[in-house]
Amino acid sequence: MKRWILGTTAALALATSAQAQQSDITIALQLEPPHLDPTSAAAGAIDSVLYANVFEGLTRFAPDGSVVPGLARDWDISADGLTYTFHLHSGVSFHDGTAMDADDVKFSLDRARAEDSTNAQKALFADIAEVTAADPETVVVTLGQPNGALLFNLAWGDAVIVAPESIADIKSTPIGTGPFRFADWRQGDQITLTQFDGYWGTKPALTQATFKFISDPTAAFAAMMAQDIDAFAGFPAPENLPQFEADPRFQVLVGSTEGETILAMNNKQPPFDDVRVREAVAHAINRQDVIDGAMFGLGTPIGTHFAPHNPDYLDLTGQSQYDPELSRALLNEAGLADGFTTTLKLPPPSYARRGGEIIAAQLRDVGIETEITNLEWAQWLEEVFRGHDFGLTIVSHTEPMDLNIYARPDYYFQYDNPAFQTLMTKLNATTDDAARSELLRQAEQMIADDYVNGYLFQLAFPTVADARLRGLWLNQPTQATDLTGVSWAE
Amino acid sequence: MKLSLMLGAMLTALFLGAALLSFLWTPAEVTGVNIAARLRVPDGTNLLGTDHFGRDILSMIMVGARTSISVAVIAVGIGMGLGVPLGLAAAARAGGWLDELIMRGNDLVFAFPSLVIAILITAVFGPGAVNAIIAIGIFNIPVFARLTRSGALSLWQRDFILAARVAGKSRIRISAEHILPNVTNLLIVQGTIQFSLGILAEAGLSYVGLGAQPPTPSWGRMLAEAQTMVALAPHVAVIPGMAIVLMVLGLNLLGDGLRDALDPRMRQRPT
Repeated sequence: MKRWILGTTAALALATSAQAQQSDITIALQLEPPHLDPTSAAAGAIDSVLYANVFEGLTRFAPDGSVVPGLARDWDISADGLTYTFHLHSGVSFHDGTAMDADDVKFSLDRARAEDSTNAQKALFADIAEVTAADPETVVVTLGQPNGALLFNLAWGDAVIVAPESIADIKSTPIGTGPFRFADWRQGDQITLTQFDGYWGTKPALTQATFKFISDPTAAFAAMMAQDIDAFAGFPAPENLPQFEADPRFQVLVGSTEGETILAMNNKQPPFDDVRVREAVAHAINRQDVIDGAMFGLGTPIGTHFAPHNPDYLDLTGQSQYDPELSRALLNEAGLADGFTTTLKLPPPSYARRGGEIIAAQLRDVGIETEITNLEWAQWLEEVFRGHDFGLTIVSHTEPMDLNIYARPDYYFQYDNPAFQTLMTKLNATTDDAARSELLRQAEQMIADDYVNGYLFQLAFPTVADARLRGLWLNQPTQATDLTGVSWAE
Repeated sequence: MKLSLMLGAMLTALFLGAALLSFLWTPAEVTGVNIAARLRVPDGTNLLGTDHFGRDILSMIMVGARTSISVAVIAVGIGMGLGVPLGLAAAARAGGWLDELIMRGNDLVFAFPSLVIAILITAVFGPGAVNAIIAIGIFNIPVFARLTRSGALSLWQRDFILAARVAGKSRIRISAEHILPNVTNLLIVQGTIQFSLGILAEAGLSYVGLGAQPPTPSWGRMLAEAQTMVALAPHVAVIPGMAIVLMVLGLNLLGDGLRDALDPRMRQRPT
């Protein structure tokens, strides 16, 4: 009996101490990265695992979306706005032990902006004329023309600093300077990161992080309920959130994203080349029904391609308000009194699949028939994004500040307006904040006036987590699961 | 003894009737999205409740029955239409090169897992009801070809066939006039079973999104869309699930019952 009590006490003590020391986390994401090089692919899933955890850039995004120093301690900007001098932190080393210095920065930026670069966001570096390493801790970036967004651009996951020594294997063994080092990748299942002892900055509270990939919403719900995972960033089934909210074991964080969810129209394909038809489509959509029906109420209505939490956002939802009468009148005016039939191609996320069915019903009300095709992402990229073979599609544009896609006539919705392109060129060359705000507002207004796409809502970002977890990002200013500030309470 | 036959016939007739009725009338417009009325439990207005878009589930089940049944009917039609003549031809030339060719071809199709190939076909040619029909139909061909051949082979040994051959009838005419009528019973029973497998295959394909595309209702997709809502509104998932179960159960009972009723040996046996 005595031994039994002793044993139990020991077991209890062991259990409590184990609990008190918990310093690992299992966090689930819906999409698995195709590979692990954030500087050579558009897949946001790569950044979701690696941004701020494994890789760092000169600057970085803070949880509120502002740009703060990263590997660069501070910087000086010349009066003409053409020369940026970055002062790097000292004593920074890569996970393989090699030192991170100005040469690595030069290598990374030159690699990203090179002619043959496979960087998905080459436009970020377009204005850089030259990068020089003045001394091991000083990098001078010279611009061809002033670019007010340079510090913002360098904060992107596509602009992280990599090393020439480890670049060859970056897709399978990413070596960065972050607080976590890559440990293991079981493809189709999980990626493990462990704390990096030689980290230059503040050590994170977590010693190990496991990213699990669960794409099926039902499996996500089951795994969370069974507490097989500690958190799910970007929980895929909004209809299940009330259950987690009611359960004291969990906390639910509903943040915003940079994801403008739009009903994209093929601006070059008749009848969408007629602005009246595009306006008719915009007025046929009841945004609140789409938000309630597809996202169970999560999401903020938008009237242009801009994030509502940005101070420069213009609320233009009134300009494309739900008005089926007006919509029919516009179709009539465009010579389509009998309506028309078009295609509606939907990628897998539920905002698209569910939203698509609701929008199809709303369009049918004004006489527009749609043939729905459900596509997998690979097919969607092939047919819609690259092939431009679509009438309508629904997709969320999750990159921050991506208004410039409207200045690219070959972008998949094929909006070609020289006035807008001039506006964007002007914006890029402007460094004054007030003047930038004014130009951004003009741009927002212009695409709303042209009814380029049907603007639906800003995608919400629900995170379900163990109630004891602290420090998870609420919002998604960029695609990231930053674990540096995450800890367990008690 | 006839209980299973009756029950099967009743269930089948129920769904067949619902499918036919849906051409003329459904309780509500089947594509009528009404977000304000979503996830309603069954009541007076919506006898089986509403789904996550506020659509009437009873109407969707009725039109879904139409989708399922038409896919299965045409698929079985393809299987019989091609499989039976092939089987008859193989039996008529039993042991010859034609028989070998047909039967080895059958083995080839049989060797592939049918649903996997169906997924392949719909992945290559795009999802949709028509491609689902073709995919399911192709895999019905060897089933009917084998059944017909084995039934026909034993008939070819019988005296009345010998008499017909002596009378100078061609093999083709004998197959059509004497063999075919005598294998019909077998075909009806097998047809019913294949029909229920067709319903299941259609539900499976549309569950993974490769069957009829929205907004055309189909049972499999209703089930797939409802699964994250099981905790919220169980009826949305349970109802299409029950529809699939009852329809398949009904057809299997009907098939069993028909075999008992049509097989003379079974008929004579006292129960």
